[in-house]
Amino acid sequence: MKTLLIGITLLLLQSCASIEPWVSPFERSKLADPIMSFSRAPADSAYMHHVHQAREGARGAEGGGGGGCGCN
Amino acid sequence: MVVTKFYKAMLPIVLVAATLPASAKVLPEDRSDVMYHGYDGGGVTIQGPSVLVRKAYKDKISVWGNYYADMISGASVDVEATASKYSETRTEFSVGADYLYNKTVLGIGYTQSEEDDYSARTFRVSVSQDFFGDLTTLSMGYAFGDDTVRRNGDDAFEDEAQHQSFQLELSQILTTQLIMTVGVESVTDEGFLNNPYRSVRFRDSSSANGFSYQAENYPRTRNSDAIAVRAMYYLPYRAALRGEYRYYSDSWGIDAYNGEVSYTHPVGDHWEFDASFRYYDQTNADFYADIFAFQDAQNFLARDKELAAFNSTSIGAGASYSFGHDGFWIFSKGSANLYVDYVMFDYENFSDVTAGAALGEEPLYQFDAVVLRAYLSLWF
Repeated sequence: MKTLLIGITLLLLQSCASIEPWVSPFERSKLADPIMSFSRAPADSAYMHHVHQAREGARGAEGGGGGGCGCN
Repeated sequence: MVVTKFYKAMLPIVLVAATLPASAKVLPEDRSDVMYHGYDGGGVTIQGPSVLVRKAYKDKISVWGNYYADMISGASVDVEATASKYSETRTEFSVGADYLYNKTVLGIGYTQSEEDDYSARTFRVSVSQDFFGDLTTLSMGYAFGDDTVRRNGDDAFEDEAQHQSFQLELSQILTTQLIMTVGVESVTDEGFLNNPYRSVRFRDSSSANGFSYQAENYPRTRNSDAIAVRAMYYLPYRAALRGEYRYYSDSWGIDAYNGEVSYTHPVGDHWEFDASFRYYDQTNADFYADIFAFQDAQNFLARDKELAAFNSTSIGAGASYSFGHDGFWIFSKGSANLYVDYVMFDYENFSDVTAGAALGEEPLYQFDAVVLRAYLSLWF
């Protein structure tokens, strides 16, 4: 079992090493479109997070690259 | 008196994080937002401004500042049951900076939040790194909050609370039209975590209505974990579809999840329309009860509706009009924006004691709220 796991791990590592970035910079025009933004305006997003956090028990992982405050 | 108590000052973390683009190789955009925000629901009206300015220098360092205020009036149902209406103001100042070095952005921030019975200071640091041909971005953040809690009309009362937050997020470009993120966040709290004004109900046969009130009492520690998955897809025509799922669990016994979908549709060169739907659901805290069997029924007691079992459904719509694409005065472009959310809250074990019904026959509480944001954005 252990040998199998080590084998699978090595295989995965080898395949990872051979993976190349599959979306070239010149293929990212759609991703760069302003409509493809998780947050349209930072002040708006922060306010909506605050509205939710003030009324819900849950907090954290609100998104935006490590945001979140857990206001309660 | 306050409607919200904890972590308010940690809010600007998202101000920085949310402005980081999908690729962290560049600093967030230079922009200024002047916003009016309004919330009206459950007997409470909250409104005020938010002004955010961000400017980069030599494409190396970007500094930002935010002024935010909540002007609160009215009283929520749990306050109305035991106290009179009130009004108060909370003001919040935040400053921060982001430094770009190769494919890494380092961020720091500080926030000070003040109201007459609550002060909060928060420090934060973050780092965001691009790799794998800039298809992958890894972001980490840490925040520390130090709060002082007071109680109006009781000069002898003062307590404190500390909060720590750890965040990790992985963002991955999957195809030329699809980007996905996975984020986790753990929060720990220590100190005075309840609301100093709120009460719980307990059965009391000596009372005319069958119950009396006593002060609520929360544990002095709380730990929580949340994990969220988000995806954004560029449709076959020029429009974007966004989805989100988040799961949450904490040491107080609350389990929650929410799902959200939103759609953005541009029309012509100037208009952009948005529609969104969000559903949230949570279980109650272990020490929550709508009514306790007798006074001091257990060590920890809560009847905050935020700790009750409930769900909420939100429907949102909005429009944005961009102008000055060729630049004007010192700005490169601008946009005027209006967004409205309608939120319906349904509580599963929180009775409306203001309904005037006999004990045991009170209707479950529910209310609707309107959340408005109107703002002008200017890029320079």
